[in-house]
Amino acid sequence: MIDSGELARRIRLDVVKMTSLGKSSHVGSALSIADIVAVLYAGVLHVDPAEPKWADRDRFILSKGHAGAAVYAALAERGFFPVDKLQTHCQDGSDLSGHVSHQGIPGVELSTGSLGHGLSVGTGMAYAAKIRNANHRVFVLLSDGECDEGSNWEAMMFAAHHRLDNLVAIIDYNKIQSLTSIEGTLGLEPFVDKLKSFGWSVVETEGHDHGQLHGALSTVPAQPTKPTCILAHTTKGKSVSFMENSVLWHYRTAQGEEYAAALKQLEEVA
Amino acid sequence: MRDRFIERLSAMAEHDSRIMLITGDLGFGVLDEYQRRFPNQFINAGVAEQNMTGIATGLALEGHIVFTYSIANFVFMRCLEQIRNDAAYHRANVNIVSIGGGFSYGALGISHHATEDLSIMRSLPSVTVVCPGDNWEAAEATEAIAHEPGTSYLRLDKSSAGMTQQPEEQFALGKARQLRDGTDMTLVVTGGILGVALNATERLAKQGIHCRVLSLHTISPLDADALSRAARETGGIVTLEEHTVVGGLGGAVAETLLEREDRPTIFRRMGLREGFSSIVGSQDYLRQRYGLDKDAIVSTVKSLLTSGLRKAG
Repeated sequence: MIDSGELARRIRLDVVKMTSLGKSSHVGSALSIADIVAVLYAGVLHVDPAEPKWADRDRFILSKGHAGAAVYAALAERGFFPVDKLQTHCQDGSDLSGHVSHQGIPGVELSTGSLGHGLSVGTGMAYAAKIRNANHRVFVLLSDGECDEGSNWEAMMFAAHHRLDNLVAIIDYNKIQSLTSIEGTLGLEPFVDKLKSFGWSVVETEGHDHGQLHGALSTVPAQPTKPTCILAHTTKGKSVSFMENSVLWHYRTAQGEEYAAALKQLEEVA
Repeated sequence: MRDRFIERLSAMAEHDSRIMLITGDLGFGVLDEYQRRFPNQFINAGVAEQNMTGIATGLALEGHIVFTYSIANFVFMRCLEQIRNDAAYHRANVNIVSIGGGFSYGALGISHHATEDLSIMRSLPSVTVVCPGDNWEAAEATEAIAHEPGTSYLRLDKSSAGMTQQPEEQFALGKARQLRDGTDMTLVVTGGILGVALNATERLAKQGIHCRVLSLHTISPLDADALSRAARETGGIVTLEEHTVVGGLGGAVAETLLEREDRPTIFRRMGLREGFSSIVGSQDYLRQRYGLDKDAIVSTVKSLLTSGLRKAG
């Protein structure tokens, strides 16, 4: 078993380096999901870096594709491809695009970037697994702002109707979207009630506590015959003090002193 | 065409459990028999085309051969981004079936007039775009796109040219079918309006004007060689589609021929030029109203030949 704490630390360092070297956006979004992705790739997901297309693997889809740096980092750190490749992220000629892409990248199930796509495709994969009585699960990680997209709610209705209890939606609920807060844009509350009323079982968790995350992600389905939603309360920009809870770091890239300060803070986390 | 499609799909589903049909809650009376026979290969996704296309992609990525089904624009336009990013980019075997090409649902209004689908769909990289002209082409195309890797679009018309299959003929995606030969002009046609074109060329033949007719059932990839031959051997090309002239069959043919050596000396796109139609009516009525009926084809060909000859002289 890989230590999820150490994996999360490496993912954070990787994403700050990647977004700084490639001068790309969304470092705050990637830091927000670093712990979720680390807990998944440290042991929850049944995946094999030596055989990325293994038929019985768990499927993981990052629907909030703009945070793709975190998934690329996790895959590289888990050995799906060399860690050195991360340095090319978002640079001329690279296939590591700012929004996660499967082309040429072992371990990426689905390319995303436009919000509201991943849950439907994951639902189709979960349906296919039911058809062939396969035991693997499908995990889809969404952002909170992404839940503005109506297609997610179409998928939720479908998954509940077809009792896809092999489907897990994880929502990165950091309460900030592109321009301002969730509540200042399109409020999602009462979010748990909404999700439950769509026929899902909902588990709330602290999104940076590895014990809680591991418990929630390892206990699926939370209820038989129902798809599971793990509503993870997170902090955008988590672990870099000046990035936390700031809309600015949805777009800003750390350069110069900010870059050095961010690395210093992350390296000090042990 | 719709009935031939479901017949062929049923025949395929019987022998191949990978076949899946997903409807966006349409197909009353048409899909009942399929659903009864293949309950595990049928999903009604509800009135939710975006999710339907995502589900189809997920199933296809897991090895299924998926057909999504709905009326006219609903099946491709509402969910165009899902088709582009999810199905096509991942080369997923998702086959999008639009029932009611052109003015098939002419009386139902502009929401149901599928008149821009060919230009939109053919702009998507690696998507096969098929628009059969008769029932045989519709059935054959159904099977062909299932076997073709990646994503395809199949536009099915209410009208059909009738059976044009020649003895021993094999259908091939991307290969135009020559249904009539002639040296004066070539009519390049896509969709059920093929029947009107064949009638028009019969009348022209009686007047001593002999047109070649190509059924261009596959809009993408386009059969450039057949078009070059037609330009070289007949000199003039008229394209005919129940669709906007912007970027559809006519646009595709023009783009292709202008970049090749064999350019036609006479060229005309017959299609829709007047914007949205708020006028409703039967398919035949709307064809006549928008200059796509037999009389319009005959007079267009004759006037093009006359003016072309005048210029040549």
